[in-house]
Amino acid sequence: MLEVNHLKTQIETNEGIVKAVDGISFRVNAGETLGIVGESGSGKSVLAHSVMQLNPKPPTFYPEGEIIYKDRNLLTLSEKELRKIRGNEIAMIFQDPMSSLNPVFKVGAQLEEAILTHQKISKKEARKRAVELLQDVGIPDAAQRMQSYPHQFSGGMRQRVLIAIALAGNPKLLIADEPTTALDVTIQAQILDLLLGLQKKYGMAIILISHDLGVISQMADRVLVMYSGRVVEEGTVNDIFHRTAMPYTWSLLRSLPRIDGGHQRLIHIEGHPPNLLAPPKGCNFAPRCPFATETCLAVDPALSPRGEGHQAACVLTKEEFNEKKKEWEAVKMEGVR
Amino acid sequence: MLKKKRNLIALGTLLLLTVATLTAFWWLPVSPLEIDSTKRLNGPSAAHWFGTDHFGRDIFGQTVMAARVSLFVGLTVALIATVLGTVTGLIAGFYQKADFVIMRIIDGMLAFPSLLLALALVAALGGSVTNIIIALSFSYWPVMTRIVRSAVLQMKSAQFIEAAKTSGVSDPVILSRYILPNVLSPIIVQGTFIFAKAILAEAALSFLGVGVEPSTPTWGNMLQEAQMYITIAPWFSIFPGIAIMMTVLSLNMLGEGVREAFDPHAKEKIKKKKGLLKTPVSAR
Amino acid sequence: MLLQYTIRRLVSIIPVLLVVCVIVFLIVHLTPGNPAYLILGEDSSPEAVAQLEAQLGLDKPMAEQFVDWLKNIVTGDLGESVYSSEPVTDVIFARVGPTFSLMLTSIVLTLIIAIPTAIFVVWRRHTVLDPLFTSASLVGASIPEFWFAMLLVLGFGVAVPIFPVAGYVPISAGVGGWLHHLLLPSIILATVEVGLIARMLRDSMLESVNQDYTKTARAKGLKESTVLMKHVFSNALIPTTTVVGLTIAGLLGGTVIIETIFTIPGVGQLLIDSIHRRDYPVIQGVVLFIAVVYVLVNLLIDLLYALLDPRIRYD
Repeated sequence: MLEVNHLKTQIETNEGIVKAVDGISFRVNAGETLGIVGESGSGKSVLAHSVMQLNPKPPTFYPEGEIIYKDRNLLTLSEKELRKIRGNEIAMIFQDPMSSLNPVFKVGAQLEEAILTHQKISKKEARKRAVELLQDVGIPDAAQRMQSYPHQFSGGMRQRVLIAIALAGNPKLLIADEPTTALDVTIQAQILDLLLGLQKKYGMAIILISHDLGVISQMADRVLVMYSGRVVEEGTVNDIFHRTAMPYTWSLLRSLPRIDGGHQRLIHIEGHPPNLLAPPKGCNFAPRCPFATETCLAVDPALSPRGEGHQAACVLTKEEFNEKKKEWEAVKMEGVR
Repeated sequence: MLKKKRNLIALGTLLLLTVATLTAFWWLPVSPLEIDSTKRLNGPSAAHWFGTDHFGRDIFGQTVMAARVSLFVGLTVALIATVLGTVTGLIAGFYQKADFVIMRIIDGMLAFPSLLLALALVAALGGSVTNIIIALSFSYWPVMTRIVRSAVLQMKSAQFIEAAKTSGVSDPVILSRYILPNVLSPIIVQGTFIFAKAILAEAALSFLGVGVEPSTPTWGNMLQEAQMYITIAPWFSIFPGIAIMMTVLSLNMLGEGVREAFDPHAKEKIKKKKGLLKTPVSAR
Repeated sequence: MLLQYTIRRLVSIIPVLLVVCVIVFLIVHLTPGNPAYLILGEDSSPEAVAQLEAQLGLDKPMAEQFVDWLKNIVTGDLGESVYSSEPVTDVIFARVGPTFSLMLTSIVLTLIIAIPTAIFVVWRRHTVLDPLFTSASLVGASIPEFWFAMLLVLGFGVAVPIFPVAGYVPISAGVGGWLHHLLLPSIILATVEVGLIARMLRDSMLESVNQDYTKTARAKGLKESTVLMKHVFSNALIPTTTVVGLTIAGLLGGTVIIETIFTIPGVGQLLIDSIHRRDYPVIQGVVLFIAVVYVLVNLLIDLLYALLDPRIRYD
């Protein structure tokens, strides 16, 4: 349904051009959930915003690639044609529900605006539809809450309103950019459940962006792992979690908080992501990779197949990688003893 | 880069004007006080660049000379208002009890449009350079108090202030050594703007005939006399006005420049731009 | 909620008005020497001076004078003009029409120019228009009003005489003539204030333009112009209302100058005339009147602020 081919998104800054998305290709099939995971700064949010071209322009520009939706390249569409797709065919929800609603307008008005933008219906019908949407996303007393202002809602409730706004045009694809990051853990689970339920009801595909592998494993059918503006591993949830083929993914998994660890932490891997203004020669992850060899510092590996629909960007073959992991674990066990 | 150039031009203009007016007696080819009844209201010429006034005096020389009073009034008002406003603002921001009293008075004073307050005060005191300075300082310091106070209130709960308090540093030292240096930039910005406003106000008061004594050459006094001859000698009106505008514009540009250099908002914007990349610059 | 807020704000202006009264009262008593002498001239007879002192209450202790004066003010008695012997309130109210007319046309003109300018500049924020606008607003704030007025009088009074450069026609004598006489003075007052308001509006719109809620609005598929004019503008308007308050102060000061130049018989001209006549009761009255008007305007603006910002209204 959506096909992204070799997309590049770059941002002009005073210090130079940042290659935030550096040649990414993927596809999303109708009704499925594609998870995109990576550390902050990996470019996943810029990628998500690129699909609907919501990055501020300038300084952002798209020098290469195509985004094919229903046989049309979104990058070559006029602003007017693009508007017909935004909020109608493809919708988006954002990370921070606290600031994503306009504080000076009533919630109902903001929802009606989304409905009336794409549908030629009367104000009265729009109002009716808005109440239905609020009920759909689980807001109690929907009819009365239409008259409330955003600051009278909690964070979780605001995210529900934002989801309702996103659903207003019956989108075929919903892009959710870290939809639960700003919320409490219990609320997170509710919102994720809601998304799963709505996906069934509305039959839409979802692109779910998150730094949280737990969220991804719970929601996604297929997963892209992003690192410094590129996809470094792609596969089904099982491929990523159980047949990991890339040291970066493996590091992410290792840094997952344990169930007994109490509260959730953000992913932490030793070192920093590379400076996107001046990416290193060779593999971008090499400076932080526990298995890096001299080859890794010189050769920049492309994605290569590891199985049916599973690819990874690493010079190590599947067998070599498994060998290295075993060695590493053995050393670690030694250390523990 | 462009902004840097703008600030330099503004600073250069002000310095040039100051030096020119202070040394005017040595280099002016024609004394601005020399009356020549044969050359009344002559247009600009090689001998008289800005033309002559109704007494045949050189307008260029007068315009240069008049800068003395205008700059002096502006600078003095800016300094007095800044000192008064800073002291009261620091006290109001730091001591809650004093805050209530000071702010009631400040709110009352801010209820007057500043030009009007100055006008009323000059009306009561009588027009002279000293009284203009008193009246304008009195009219402009409440704004400074308000700005300093809100800056102090924002700082007050900062950890290093709390730490200094608990370790027994005396209040005057906290105010002068800890807080003052950190609220300096809004003070400088506002001080520059007061400088500019005071020049405009002095000119306006003199123009209205309630300002500096008519015998003292100021831009406002020149324009008041020029008004009568506006149709037959427009140059008489135009040049002193340009002088006011250039001076005030230079000051406003400098103030703006300082604000941009120190403004936490401006810095935030740069950070936000960087934050957009979400790339922590690697610690190489 | 709004009612409570209104009452709270109304109560809060009482101390402000009290301080205003003290300052206005002290203005006359700052005068070096005996005000009665100043009013009557130095070669006046002692009897005349004594009589005037009694009339003005100058022979009583200062505190007592203040209390008497305050009592009179509360009952609407501002004293008598020394010049015309009419009640000061009458003298002032006879002059209110032109001043309020000038204020009204100026503020309307200012907003008509400032709001579209700011929106247009923000819409084209990545072009040279933006730095150009910033410089222009600085220049606007640096022009001496009275000088600009002189130039326009020269231009329109002499070169292209399409606008009258003096006098005033009340609105009751026809809106056309009223506007015709007020347009030139209003343009001058607006020139200075447009820069201030448009600049503030632009700054707050730029703050708002990349906020998350505008992203939501764009993601809905709204036109950029709708995003700017509806979502960005509505938020930027809130902080800008405070600057409108400051603008009113500038306008009130400016009208004094402009009325004098254009010989508009308003409160400002009355003030300048009274200063030259040393008519202290009228000076006091005018200053008090303008301050009270300004306080009330600011009160209205505060209420408008609350009306625009639901976060305050429902707090």
